[in-house]
Amino acid sequence: MTKAHVTTSVNGDPYEFLCEPGETLLTVLRDDLQLTGTKEGCGSGDCGACSVMLNGRLVCSCLVLGVEAEGADVQTVEGIGNKDSLHVIQEKFLEHAALQCGICTPGLIVSVKALLEENPNPTEEEARYYLAGNLCRCTGYDKIIRAVLDAAQTMKEESAI
Amino acid sequence: MVSVVYEAPNSIDEAVRLLKESEIPARVLAGGTDLIIQNNSTEDQSRLIVDVKKIDGMLEAKFSKDGLELGPSMCCAELTARGDIKQIFPGLVEAAYLIGSTQVQGRASIGGNLCNASPAADTIPSLIANKAVCIISGSDGERNIAVEDFVTGVGTNCLRVGELVKLIKVPMPSERSSDAYLRFIPRTEMDIAVAGAAVSLALDDDDVCVSARVAIGAVAPTALLVESAAACLIGTKLDVVALKNAARAASESSSPISDRRGTAEYRRHIVGVLVKRAAKIAMQRAQGEKV
Ligand code: FES
Ligand code: FES
Repeated sequence: MTKAHVTTSVNGDPYEFLCEPGETLLTVLRDDLQLTGTKEGCGSGDCGACSVMLNGRLVCSCLVLGVEAEGADVQTVEGIGNKDSLHVIQEKFLEHAALQCGICTPGLIVSVKALLEENPNPTEEEARYYLAGNLCRCTGYDKIIRAVLDAAQTMKEESAI
Repeated sequence: MVSVVYEAPNSIDEAVRLLKESEIPARVLAGGTDLIIQNNSTEDQSRLIVDVKKIDGMLEAKFSKDGLELGPSMCCAELTARGDIKQIFPGLVEAAYLIGSTQVQGRASIGGNLCNASPAADTIPSLIANKAVCIISGSDGERNIAVEDFVTGVGTNCLRVGELVKLIKVPMPSERSSDAYLRFIPRTEMDIAVAGAAVSLALDDDDVCVSARVAIGAVAPTALLVESAAACLIGTKLDVVALKNAARAASESSSPISDRRGTAEYRRHIVGVLVKRAAKIAMQRAQGEKV
């Protein structure tokens, strides 16, 4: 099987990789590019742990082929905040204890960022619907939703300054 | 896992040639939300995947004087954000909005939903109710097929080897008309229809229904156009009796199975209820109400 050569951009950095044409973007990110922040929960589009932005759109990276990243702009959780300065969403997840085992968290952070970019002022219901594709086995969602609404509020206040 | 040969042609002609000449089983890739999962479970040794998203027009939607010209690979997230489409086909947009999660809608397309031909596909009843037509390209040229004739069974469609859906055309509805789609699921999100119903109708100035199309999903091997249900609505003001008759006609034409989502008896009943409710919503929308 001939491998495909793909040139892409991940979190603003140029990347080149070789992959099997049937390999998913999730596998490429984790196994080839060593960007293991993106998680695999189900591999079938049901859990959202693998959420990334592809050309500005929230998608499950387990439902994208690596070869489809050719010429694309990919954003993963690694591009959101860093060790020394967390993104507001990440801070609020910590503050509200919106994670336990943490496997769902990177996907949620990516999705929440997408939500707040589309809708900076979501109601609880809107947030719950938007995030319905991010499953969490631990928290019962309540703390996640509190963190999201608090992050929205804080981001609004910060942008008002 | 199947071994994949991937091609992303720039033109319909090239896509048709690749599909036609392939010596291994070939599949069209649009959003991939069904196909990529099937790749992991297929019996095929190898597969040609023809990604059609680089072909001009596949990801676009525009209105002409005849109606909506929908690129079959446009993702549902883009479609549902299009106010111009929602204004004219609110039911079609609400069907697209019900597919999977936000993430899935970021990839899943109407053309994919149609070609995958699941009995429970949410957009198919809406397309049928709105008289949508598939423009199919193949090596012998183009042919047009009404959506109700496109799906031939559970997971099968009328595409021949070397053919693909190039465009979906939805005719412009007349004045004072609208549509609605409802599905029943036991949860609030992220589920597959137990039953679904789409209604598109037009009213005259006295609010009498002058034309209607009713389509039902998840209650037969394919989504069905139910002309007998539409006939119960036409010529009425959608009074209680007319709605009850339409519901009964829809229930009678269904042939559901029992599975873990619901018994056949339950589905047969509920699909009638959905027809009744969708008809009412379509009527209110046709009268200019925001529902
Ligand atoms: S791993 Fe992609 S949705 Fe679960
Ligand atoms: S924190 Fe464990 S799955 Fe969400």
